[in-house]
Amino acid sequence: MWRWFHKLGSPKWFYAISGRWIPWFAVTALVLLVLGTVWALMFAPPDYQQGNSYRIIYIHVPAAFLAQSGYVLMAVAGAIGLIWKMKLADVVAKCCAPIGASFTFLALVTGAVWGKPTWGAWWVWDARLTSMLVLLFLYLGVVALQSAFTDRNQAARASALLSLVGLVNIPIIKYSVEWWNTLHQPASLTLTEKPTMPAEMWVPLLIMVAGFYCFFAVVLMMRTRVELLDRERRTGWVKEIINDKRTGKA
Amino acid sequence: MYFESFSDFLAMGGHAKYVWIAYGIALVVFAFNILAPIIKRKRLMAEQARQLRREELHASGS
Amino acid sequence: MTARVDTVTAKTARVGIFMGMVRRDMTAAFRHPSDLVNPLIFFVVVVSLFPLAVSPESDFLREIAPGVLWVSALLATLLSLDMLFQSDFQDGTLEQMVLSPQPLYSSILAKVMTHWLLSGLPLTLLSPLLALMLFLPANGTQALMLTLLLGTPVLSFIGAIGSALTVGLRKTGLLLSLLVLPLYIPVLIFASGAVQAAAAGLPIAGHLALLGAMLALAVVLAPLAIASALRISLSG
Repeated sequence: MWRWFHKLGSPKWFYAISGRWIPWFAVTALVLLVLGTVWALMFAPPDYQQGNSYRIIYIHVPAAFLAQSGYVLMAVAGAIGLIWKMKLADVVAKCCAPIGASFTFLALVTGAVWGKPTWGAWWVWDARLTSMLVLLFLYLGVVALQSAFTDRNQAARASALLSLVGLVNIPIIKYSVEWWNTLHQPASLTLTEKPTMPAEMWVPLLIMVAGFYCFFAVVLMMRTRVELLDRERRTGWVKEIINDKRTGKA
Repeated sequence: MYFESFSDFLAMGGHAKYVWIAYGIALVVFAFNILAPIIKRKRLMAEQARQLRREELHASGS
Repeated sequence: MTARVDTVTAKTARVGIFMGMVRRDMTAAFRHPSDLVNPLIFFVVVVSLFPLAVSPESDFLREIAPGVLWVSALLATLLSLDMLFQSDFQDGTLEQMVLSPQPLYSSILAKVMTHWLLSGLPLTLLSPLLALMLFLPANGTQALMLTLLLGTPVLSFIGAIGSALTVGLRKTGLLLSLLVLPLYIPVLIFASGAVQAAAAGLPIAGHLALLGAMLALAVVLAPLAIASALRISLSG
């Protein structure tokens, strides 16, 4: 277990193994996303109340899932970097922030677009929309803090601490806005209860969620690899990669 | 297949604007996430290759 | 027996040092009275902008008063965060504090308490005057003071985390507000909600209990975060 942990901390090892994983994840993500989108747009029946506009759920809900799990992953990776001084965890935490922020943005925008035909307004100050907006602010704060430091190590530790503080705050923010004002429909998918929608509606949703997660894994690995190359540019293994690429081209 | 025809599919039962805007933005977000690391990687590789070449020249010159 | 006496004297010594720190910071702050007064003036000015910008109608002002007063108090606290660690960082006192054998937890507690005594408490005392100007009813004013009394220390604690994270950086103002404001949202929601409820004649015990819980949580957890944030900032 511990040896595996140390191995995982080695940038060179991670670079090699992720290079082998990315194609698999990318293919899976592509298949799931295409299958899910086609199913969602063409074969799923329309909602009896909302008609066809509900089809936005197939990107809105997965994006919202990803936005939240991305934050948790960022905070956990940050904590690992903070406690065990693991460089790879620092890099992963840093790379989570822009991806997570982009999916939070996607969840917000699709929510707004969906809200227009359903509630009659682009934006309502509803509990869940508001807490997603706060989540976006938290992400942006982490990104801003990352770029404020010149020292990488310091930047990683400071933003890890900030994301942990944010993590403690997320449930508080969630409940505070929930008690404050709510209009949003209850959660569409929960782990504990049977879904209220018919199977031909939630099966493609599940496929889309899985596709989004695979996609997240792919782009996170891609970003992490580039960041690792950048940080380790003075080491032998990175020079080797660059040299191989040069001679391969020539 | 739920829709009768392709134009029916595009119309989305009158909600075309909303559904296609949402899916379009999703596409943009996906593209951004894929392209950002690729572009960064290209730039980094080119820069490092230049750096290495300079170092080699320097080493052979001296 | 002697061991017990030792711990007792150690405890009283610790309390003495704590009080000494508070007193030192207070005297240092009073040497620059403008740093103390400026957030208060800011509070008054921001509140008085709303009637000018929106409407001087008394019914309308009464309705928006809780939100306006709380947002202004929050911004004033944000502006006062500069005085928390900045000067101590510049003259090296902060490094001494982190390195000293004194538990960092209690020195941080002293720092944050001083900050609250110099920012949150004056804001609380000033608030009835502004509530009057915005036609807030008497029970609303009472609730406003109570929520400020419970809420502003939480703002000081959370703000101190952000302040500690950014203390080593140049041009921190904007970054600090970006980091801290999202974390202020729960306090804002419950506090202004309580004032609104009180103004409408509803009970506010639940809101106050939640604010109290937040304060308790902040007292316990925030100093730990502040301590590690200071260590990170000083390591650079």
